[in-house]
Amino acid sequence: MKNNEKKALRKGIVRRLTGYVRPYKGYAVAAAVFSVFYVAFTLVGPVLYGFAIDAMIGAGQVDFAAVYAMVGGFAGCVLLASLAQKLLGNCVNALCYKLVRDLRREAFDHLTDVRIKYVDTHAQGDVIARVVNDVDILSDGLLQGAAQLFTGVMTIAVTLVVMFVINYIIALAVVVLTPLSLFVASAITKRTFKSFSMQVKVQGRLAAHTKEMIGGQKTVLLFGQQEGSCRRFEKIDAELYKIGWRAQYYSALTNPSTRFVNAVITAFVCVLGAVFCVLSEGGVLTVGALTLGGFTVGMLSVFLSYTNQYTKPFNEISGVVTQLQNAFASAARVFEIVDEPGERRGGSAHIGKVRGDIRVEDASFSYDPARPLIEHFDLNVKAGSKVAIVGPTGCGKTTLINLLMRFYDLDGGRIFVDGTDAASVPLDEYRKLFGMVLQESFLAGETVAWNIAYGREDATREQVEAAAKAAYCDFFIRNLPQGYDTVLKADALSQGERQLLCIARVMLADPPMLILDEATSNIDTMTEMRIQKAFRKIMQGRTSFIVAHRLSTILDADLILVMNAGSVIEQGTHAELMEKKGFYYNLYNSQFAH
Amino acid sequence: MKRYFKYLKEYKLQCILGPLSKWIEAALELLVPLVMANIIDVGVVERAGIRYVLAGGGIMLAMGAVGFLCALFCQRSASIVSQGFGTNVRDALFRHVNTLSHRELDKLGASSLVTRTVNDVNQMQSAVAMIIRLVVRAPFIAVGSVVLCLVIDWQIGLLVAAAAVGVGLVLWVIMQKTVPYYAKNQQKLDRLTQIAGENLEGARVVRAFATRDKERARFDGAAQDMLGNSLVIGRISAFLNPLTYAIINFGVALILLWSGFKVDAGVLTNGEIVALINYMAQILNAMIVISNLVSLFTKAHASMNRVSEVFDTQSSIVDGPGAACDFSAPAVRLENVSFSYAGTKQYSLQDISLTVPRGATVGIIGGTGSGKSTLVSLLPRLYDAGEGRVEVFGHDVRDYAVADLRALFGMVPQSAALFSGTVRSNLLWGKADASEEEVQAALRVACADGFVNEQGGPDRPVGESGRNFSGGQRQRLTIARAVIGKPPILILDDSCSALDFATDAKVRQNIAALEGVTTIIVSQRASSIRGADTIFVLEDGRIAGAGKHEELYRTCGLYREICDSQTRAAQ
Repeated sequence: MKNNEKKALRKGIVRRLTGYVRPYKGYAVAAAVFSVFYVAFTLVGPVLYGFAIDAMIGAGQVDFAAVYAMVGGFAGCVLLASLAQKLLGNCVNALCYKLVRDLRREAFDHLTDVRIKYVDTHAQGDVIARVVNDVDILSDGLLQGAAQLFTGVMTIAVTLVVMFVINYIIALAVVVLTPLSLFVASAITKRTFKSFSMQVKVQGRLAAHTKEMIGGQKTVLLFGQQEGSCRRFEKIDAELYKIGWRAQYYSALTNPSTRFVNAVITAFVCVLGAVFCVLSEGGVLTVGALTLGGFTVGMLSVFLSYTNQYTKPFNEISGVVTQLQNAFASAARVFEIVDEPGERRGGSAHIGKVRGDIRVEDASFSYDPARPLIEHFDLNVKAGSKVAIVGPTGCGKTTLINLLMRFYDLDGGRIFVDGTDAASVPLDEYRKLFGMVLQESFLAGETVAWNIAYGREDATREQVEAAAKAAYCDFFIRNLPQGYDTVLKADALSQGERQLLCIARVMLADPPMLILDEATSNIDTMTEMRIQKAFRKIMQGRTSFIVAHRLSTILDADLILVMNAGSVIEQGTHAELMEKKGFYYNLYNSQFAH
Repeated sequence: MKRYFKYLKEYKLQCILGPLSKWIEAALELLVPLVMANIIDVGVVERAGIRYVLAGGGIMLAMGAVGFLCALFCQRSASIVSQGFGTNVRDALFRHVNTLSHRELDKLGASSLVTRTVNDVNQMQSAVAMIIRLVVRAPFIAVGSVVLCLVIDWQIGLLVAAAAVGVGLVLWVIMQKTVPYYAKNQQKLDRLTQIAGENLEGARVVRAFATRDKERARFDGAAQDMLGNSLVIGRISAFLNPLTYAIINFGVALILLWSGFKVDAGVLTNGEIVALINYMAQILNAMIVISNLVSLFTKAHASMNRVSEVFDTQSSIVDGPGAACDFSAPAVRLENVSFSYAGTKQYSLQDISLTVPRGATVGIIGGTGSGKSTLVSLLPRLYDAGEGRVEVFGHDVRDYAVADLRALFGMVPQSAALFSGTVRSNLLWGKADASEEEVQAALRVACADGFVNEQGGPDRPVGESGRNFSGGQRQRLTIARAVIGKPPILILDDSCSALDFATDAKVRQNIAALEGVTTIIVSQRASSIRGADTIFVLEDGRIAGAGKHEELYRTCGLYREICDSQTRAAQ
């Protein structure tokens, strides 16, 4: 049952992958043709030099015409074979790399389209690995693996045929002996795989410990925990040693073992061949009741070269099999992203310019159906007013923003903008109505100017600089090494400066409504003041939602929403709420307590 | 390189016997074509008979079997030696990292230290394995094949040698040509990773600005770039196999042609031709192994240098002779202290003098980069002051043994770092033998008893770096960890920033209630330090003002500005 499912799944993956190969049919066909040529020429070569050796019977008995012809033919074969191999390589590479690009592109396209829920609930490192690494594993495994398998199987088939034609007894001996090599290889891989997966686990633990401890080394020093940390490291490392050397040993067995099997086969072929040479009296070989064509030293050399070529693909096949398995696993991981449902972006209500009235009617929402969060939530915001959202950490402020921006869909109820149901407005159009400055200021690793003009591609340099000036960024941007053309690195700017850049970005985009999230910590006072000023400037005439951490910012708000445990428990102006002497009153007073 | 020999010491025997046995295998392998030639020439051509042939076959099998056993022994030795070497180096490296102080950790960087401990040592480890397994074998086979060909026929031997050199040349040139492209490949891959990462991290921004298409175009560009580079690598390295194959086999063709004349002249036999061709195939394989070894060793050498750099770094903090605390002296006294971080000439602290009486609560406030955290990190000697004198309980900090000095402090660092284990195991860092009551009391002080006891109590597991707790919860746990040992001096370095005002106030209240504790609070929030006995205002590494709140508010412009910006409402 389970096996069948796996098979069906694999079949589906194969069908989908062939779909990606289709645009490059030419390369695939050419690769197949060149590999046929390659195999044919490499195998004909030894036959020709076998004839050449047979043409040299002894001193004074060399048939030079035959030697010239055969050696010439052999050289020609070598030339054609290497040419075919080079072209084959080019085709497989082109196919492989183009497929990688296409798959990456498609996976990324879906990534820009998936619901925020997917982004929020999946580890970033894992998703990135799917787009970047898994695609590589897939193409390596499938294409290189398939190419290797194809030429390998063909080599085996052709050598077998030629060997049987020359002498079927020796050929039979070779056929009987080869499974030995396969058996040895598979026995080793099995053990190797098991000990390797154990090794990977311990290695992961060691890496995790190292990362955690060295990452927090300053704390380790502070509390004098060096000895404990070292001892735990050494304990895991000792485990790794025990498992590691065995895993290494098993994997190192493959080469000597196959070399040994090859040596056995070579010895058999050599002895049988030599015996048959001896028995080939007068060009006819009689073995008991059998009579075969005569066997010569030239033929023996052909056989020796063939057994060498014939056993090689067998040794490679076990490697190819695991490669293919990994490729399928990676393909499944990549397709998971491609299959992830995208956002519902349609809608027919084009609302164009809005004033900024927002009405929320009976909204309910929860991340997890078992734990209700927002229920029967109503809100009425007039255009141009300033709404502050306050409450303790984890009270659901971010959730409210998620719903307003339609990052998550409501479970029930509706949101109206200027009287139009938000759900009926095309998503991109709707979101552009809002300007958003979040606490974790996201900026791309591009130039400063690129980041400011993010929402408005057609902005001129003058407009970008004007926005930067208005958001009090201009002075620190000019202090950067390349000014506006400085490419932003991870820690080139302080958190406050990054937030100012985000404000400039929103200023340039000029949306009718705003969502602002104050930063909580690690912003120096001067920057803090600039952010406050910039916020005040940008809020003029726009409907704004502010997630406030400092209560001083919200005194002049038109409406304060006090949230706790997912619901709005109080709303009103500062004066109204203070009079109420409820949750807000306590919250407000606590900031001055000692 | 010499310094690493000591990590191999306990494996001396394997280090000698391993390569030796591999060498025996290689020698036997080299002899096989000669035995074959003998079987053909004596057994077949000179008609010595089937018995002679069978005996030859027996010798070949025996040689194969002995070679196999030798190889097994060698692989086993190599695995034990290399894994043991890796373990020894890793342990020593990790221990060494643990002797370093903040200054060196800053210089080397945490993520780089992790890579060096994990990846670079692994790279060295595989190099050791390869030295034992292949360094003897591959060159021996390559050289041995050429020598034996020279013995069979010196003219043809020279031809074989030329082919070997040709193959080596091709391998070298292709490697040289592709190396820069591989480096570029890594850059392009990093760029793809970067863009994909930005689109996950900034998913909300991308959607809010509806710039999906712009992002796709950006990624497309990077993917296209990568494609171009990959194709170049592919085109160059696709020359490798065909060229080496062609060189070896054209060599075989020449050998055949030449042997035609030699056989005709009676100086070469059929069996010898077969042997020569066989050696050609062995040379090709050996040369490919050698080229792989060269690239492996280049990598391992770079890794070794990176690891050596860590070993060469010594801690700048030297243990003092030891001193007994004088609890009648001020808890902390700084006298004209100046300090700058490694690699810069700019002072982070300049000419700081201050005194913290025992039992006092002191606040330090100032903007980012004003030197607040730097100042407190001088007290437990995380860094040594460049100039001036830092005293704790009457003695220069350099007089104490480092461990004794640090035990005087309970410090809550800015980064709320927890470690995997349980809540309890984290708290025990502050006091190894803390009782259940002490754990609970510490949790209560930090207002962490609520969320800890609601879910599993002190034995609740803590994930890597405490990821299963929110920022505010982590901060409270690090506070509990600092107070559990009842240290004489408690330092809170901006450690309530993720707490809401009410909890922040409650925690401070609890700490103030602790008896005989000198508390130093570093904060950005004016409200957090308002009630301190003395407040120091820092600006650009200097003290811009000191005093009580009311006094400072009147006299210090910067302090007033900070207070006003944060609590306009209070006035």
